[in-house]
Amino acid sequence: MATPTLPFLQPIEEVRERLLKLQSEPSSLERDDALAVTKRELEETIESVFSDLTPWQRCQVARHPERPYTLDYINGTMTGFVELHGDRSFADDPAIVAGFAQLEGDPVAVIGHQKGRSTSEKVRRNFGMPRPEGYRKALRVMRLAARFGRPVVTFIDTPGAYPGIDAEERGQAEAIATNLLEMARLPVPIVVVVTGEGGSGGALALGIGDRIMMLEHSIYSVISPEGCAAILWKDQARAQDAASALKITAPDLKQLGVIDEVIPEPLGGAHMDPPTMCRSISAAVRRALKELRRSKTDALLQRRYRKFRTMGRFLER
Amino acid sequence: MKNPVNMPRGLWVKCESCKEILYHKEVRDNLLVCPRCQHHFRMTAEERFDMLFDGGKHKLLFQKVRSADPLGFVDTKSYRERVTAYTRRLGPGDALLVARGEIARRPAIVAAMQYRFMGGSMGSVVGEKMTRAIELCLSRRLALISVACSGGARMQEGVLSLMQMAKISAGLARMRDRGLPYISILSDPTTGGVTASFAMLGDVNIAEPGALIGFAGPRVIEQTIRQKLPEGFQRSEFLLEHGMLDMVVPRGELLDAVVRCLNCFQPS
Ligand SMILES: [Zn+2]
Repeated sequence: MATPTLPFLQPIEEVRERLLKLQSEPSSLERDDALAVTKRELEETIESVFSDLTPWQRCQVARHPERPYTLDYINGTMTGFVELHGDRSFADDPAIVAGFAQLEGDPVAVIGHQKGRSTSEKVRRNFGMPRPEGYRKALRVMRLAARFGRPVVTFIDTPGAYPGIDAEERGQAEAIATNLLEMARLPVPIVVVVTGEGGSGGALALGIGDRIMMLEHSIYSVISPEGCAAILWKDQARAQDAASALKITAPDLKQLGVIDEVIPEPLGGAHMDPPTMCRSISAAVRRALKELRRSKTDALLQRRYRKFRTMGRFLER
Repeated sequence: MKNPVNMPRGLWVKCESCKEILYHKEVRDNLLVCPRCQHHFRMTAEERFDMLFDGGKHKLLFQKVRSADPLGFVDTKSYRERVTAYTRRLGPGDALLVARGEIARRPAIVAAMQYRFMGGSMGSVVGEKMTRAIELCLSRRLALISVACSGGARMQEGVLSLMQMAKISAGLARMRDRGLPYISILSDPTTGGVTASFAMLGDVNIAEPGALIGFAGPRVIEQTIRQKLPEGFQRSEFLLEHGMLDMVVPRGELLDAVVRCLNCFQPS
């Protein structure tokens, strides 16, 4: 799916390689000087590349093969994760993980899309594209969370719903729709974090909540840039243009009023420094949950309704 | 009834399914169903209202809601130009018309999509009108009937289109909480974000025969799995068999089915 080194990240890789080589050399006055200079050079290179990313480049960072995935974030921000499996009606979907854990001591339900790292794992996780049983497992865990008064944290990172025969046969449209309806009235706080690709209905099925956040280089879109280019431009190669036109970056979504907060990423993206990324996510989620816990359930649900009720832009005359 | 846009104007019309040349009036008198092969032609929203409301009598609602161009979207043509051209040709209302009237002498709201307006795509206008329809049902305690006919989300409004699915579904959650009946009619085609929101959320889901109904489009699936799709895949009868619909009803019996369903949920 993703290429090993993205062309626009090549300058960073070059400096990084030189740095690694220097680090492996024995210490000397000369080498230490060079090391310091190269370190600064690396920072400057990253800064200059990342200060001016195009939407298409951000999309590629969001899909970066080294980017942390949901289980990395769960393990990096929470303790005592108990993963639950299965939708109790058909199967377990490895493209979505769900369960309960403690976030700095506070019990939460946590649900997210899961991509694989190795080739076999990628296939097993279906590249993070859920089948209906994934959404249904997610809903089962959300209902458990509601029953036991646990807030829900979701991590979104999927290219989208799986366009396969089996997924259609088992009613993925119904499964997504039901999650939208039930999440709208789930009587516990929900915090949503888009960590990588927020791909269409497959993303939205975990995306209804009281606070919606996006990592700085994540994307959220109604259709992939490639898919949009193929339909509107009749040419998949126009994906760069589609990525710009669709307004899919975190700052775009903030501006459109769809998300509440952009969580800054470490220099060079989340994969450059996962522990720092985890600390930022943990802090943002805990802050949100602390605020949301103050509301009575009725007020919480009323505000959640208003939040989505006001999304969209139209004229009236 | 007015001339449907997918049938050539004039006295004669060719059925796209059996290729028979048919007398236009005969097809119209048969609710736009081919008398030879029972192929269901697409209907406009107004034709749905004529068919469903008592005596066809209805009042259009929320007609002032119109498309903005929130992203300033331009592909091979600007979104603004596209919407203007459609509106000039088809009148206001975008891809969804909402009307109030009576069905079997009980007040009801019908929200009907029309494919001829940008492929029945759902953007902010469709989402807003559908949500207002739901909220009207909530405040006046009315039954809601929707007729889906859509290629999916309106890409030109980006993620705002996606969020209409959430907005409408949140409204339907309230319908359920307040015990108000919602009947979803699915017609050819119902795909993408419309299927994955209100079309699949009826207390009763009724489809017309042979309608294409799914989330992913058949072409996208074929490209992904690199296989030909089985005969009848994603058609109404397939969905009925797989438990996603309550019934498949030919158009001539559709009103009767709706009335019988509404009776099931009417307070005694
Ligand atoms: Zn025919």
